[in-house]
Amino acid sequence: MAEITFEDIVKPENLVYKKTDLMTDKALSYCPGCGHGTAHRIVMEIIEELGLEEKTIGVAPVGCSVLAYEFMNIDMTQAAHGRAPAVATGIKRVYPDKIVFTYQGDGDLAAIGTAETIHACNRGEKIVIIFVNNGIYGMTGGQMAPTTLPGMKSSTSPFGRDVESMGNPLKMTELVAQLPGTYFVTRQAVHTPAAVRRAKKSIRKAFENQVNKKPGISFVEIVSNCNSGWKMTPTDSNKWMEDNMFPFYPLGDIKVDGQLVK
Amino acid sequence: MGELKLMKGNEALAEAAIRAGADAYFGYPITPQSEVIEYLMAEKPYDRTGMVVLQAESEIAAINMVYGAAGAGKRVLTSSSSPGVSLKQEGISYIAGSELPCVYANVVRGGPGLGTIQPSQADYFQSTKGGGHGDYKQIVLAPASVQEMSDFVKLGFDLAFQYRIPVLILSDGVIGQMMEKVELFDQIPRLTDEEVAEKYPWATTGKKKGTERRIITSLDLDSNKMEEHNLHLQRKYKTIVENEVRYELIDCDDAEYIIVAYGSSARISQKAVQMARKKGIKVGLFRLITLFPFPAKQMQELCKKGVKGWLAVEMSAGQMVEDVMLSVKGCAKVEHFGRFGGIVHTPEEVLRALEEKIIGD
Amino acid sequence: MTEEIIIAGFGGQGVLSMGKILAYSGIMQDQEVSWMPSYGPEMRGGTANVIVIVSDERISSPILTIFDTAIILNQQSMDKFEKSVRPGGVLLYDPNGITRHPVRKDITIYQIEGAQLAAEMGNTKIFNMIVLGAFLKVKPIVLLENVIKGLKKSLPERYHKLIPMNEDALTMGMKNVVCSNSLN
Repeated sequence: MAEITFEDIVKPENLVYKKTDLMTDKALSYCPGCGHGTAHRIVMEIIEELGLEEKTIGVAPVGCSVLAYEFMNIDMTQAAHGRAPAVATGIKRVYPDKIVFTYQGDGDLAAIGTAETIHACNRGEKIVIIFVNNGIYGMTGGQMAPTTLPGMKSSTSPFGRDVESMGNPLKMTELVAQLPGTYFVTRQAVHTPAAVRRAKKSIRKAFENQVNKKPGISFVEIVSNCNSGWKMTPTDSNKWMEDNMFPFYPLGDIKVDGQLVK
Repeated sequence: MGELKLMKGNEALAEAAIRAGADAYFGYPITPQSEVIEYLMAEKPYDRTGMVVLQAESEIAAINMVYGAAGAGKRVLTSSSSPGVSLKQEGISYIAGSELPCVYANVVRGGPGLGTIQPSQADYFQSTKGGGHGDYKQIVLAPASVQEMSDFVKLGFDLAFQYRIPVLILSDGVIGQMMEKVELFDQIPRLTDEEVAEKYPWATTGKKKGTERRIITSLDLDSNKMEEHNLHLQRKYKTIVENEVRYELIDCDDAEYIIVAYGSSARISQKAVQMARKKGIKVGLFRLITLFPFPAKQMQELCKKGVKGWLAVEMSAGQMVEDVMLSVKGCAKVEHFGRFGGIVHTPEEVLRALEEKIIGD
Repeated sequence: MTEEIIIAGFGGQGVLSMGKILAYSGIMQDQEVSWMPSYGPEMRGGTANVIVIVSDERISSPILTIFDTAIILNQQSMDKFEKSVRPGGVLLYDPNGITRHPVRKDITIYQIEGAQLAAEMGNTKIFNMIVLGAFLKVKPIVLLENVIKGLKKSLPERYHKLIPMNEDALTMGMKNVVCSNSLN
């Protein structure tokens, strides 16, 4: 019997999945089990599928995805903490025909960058914001985020988030949906194949809105896990997310084509 | 000869931005420089050249808009006054770290804190010694007339793009609010997107297939690489020190004493020099045009010619005077004079300080 | 020639625009000019003043404490600036509303009934042009034709129809300025 070689297997007709060229070959720096990798990939797949590679400029935040530009194989600018929507505004205003998006975490978008987020949304900047919400500061080692749930433990709420003294978690996505400058606002997840398909569909819609110069921001929240920060196994963290995060941050469209979903 | 107009310094700066072919201005109002954005909004530069003007939600947002657009290779600027410029410092540090070109103006008012809206020069340290975090420098141009408020916008963009560095036009409430005759330079056309992409291959204009992507960042977690980057920055600053020092000497040829000043203090001191000369005092004016790079060599040369004393005149408690001391290296006496907190010193006060602090002893 | 002038009065009297027209007139005859206003909360409802310098040479300090001429239009400004006129200089004022008249003997003092004349001409807005006319009679540092050119430059096109009226006001000021002391 002839021996099967590498060349026998790697043939175009055998190809069932190919990593998009818009992701670099660099190994992701995210923890195994983290949702960021999937979120990166589907954003890049959409840019490739829509043929936007040559006209897209991405803006990376400060947080776990500070190094997004190491993995996303397109032109990118790394912004100061929270300032990504302002940086994106600057780019989009001088290049109205290019495609501009930010990729931000909850600390970046919903705490230190609240003003930039609200005002970019309120001005209706024609950009896409991808907002990954995992309820914690992952990069700096598991501190409380503006989206940390009541009672949820973190290194700066070691006995659980006490809303009396630490305030309530902020639902930025519902908040920006109220602004006339947002055109498409949705909340998605990437923890199951079905969820990934739905999230990717939303991201496609968001970028298509920008391509078609729809009036306003397309804002896609992705509720994700942080198994390291939550101190759980990846499987447990996804279960915990379904049981605890989704009831507080329900998935689905909030505003479509400029109209709030009833 | 270009068009002659009577304009406020702030208006001249705004008009010069349009004429310099700027692609965008991002700003936030603050006294005494709100005329910049007011003038731009009224002029409708979008109709004239396609230039974008946007009132941001804060100085922080404005400088980050500048960062984004500058990273994409566009000619962009912002302006503010002292408290607002403090807010911009984070962005300036990022722009310096990422080696991006931009122009910004500080029409200085008295501080610290909310201070006063009256003129001051107390932001010298912030402008020349960092301001934001990290080992970085920016080119600092100090206009002393409305004409220079216009001219330095053009010069500022040239230097900013030549060296990929932020250029600060350090003005003050006097220069911003006063009107003078200004000869406006002719319109410079804005670059097209294609020209930007070709001229500035480092800019994020969209990655062409088969080419390397461009990344605008000031981050490198590898400290060895970060040290290398810092060394590169320092070499660049050295080149700037060697090539870009600008100053003006007035009545210095036979001067026994020299007043060092910049901006409105230089104008006031020039009057004091005229008054002193009438009294037979041999005094000259060393007007700084670039505050960084600082003309240290040129001061040392004057020292060798036998200058007996230096008076640093600035509307601050004594900031620039430290650079004068470092430059003349003890060759002669150096003293400071200045009113501050929003008080503008008079030519008579400057003359008295010269007589009492420098000549008197 | 260098003429250093302070114009001081209430906000709303046209102090700043009078200075601006004077500065523009200087530009029209190739002179160097500077116009330095007081600015800020001082301006809101309170006093307004502007330092105007017209010179054949490059102007040094735009901020001065001693002036060749002070044009004074209210009592506060009289109290503040009478002493700021250079010996041998000129103080021009509108006596309307002045309770303490200038007393210096080492300067020449002129009066112009600007407010009254403006009222007689039926337009209080031309008050500042009457005062400017009076000043130019005393110190003809710029030609009347250059003032008109300056007006054209500084006024938006839609106000150009008002220029003849401003010219009448300037002439009215020139005719009616009186010296209230004479230096020996």
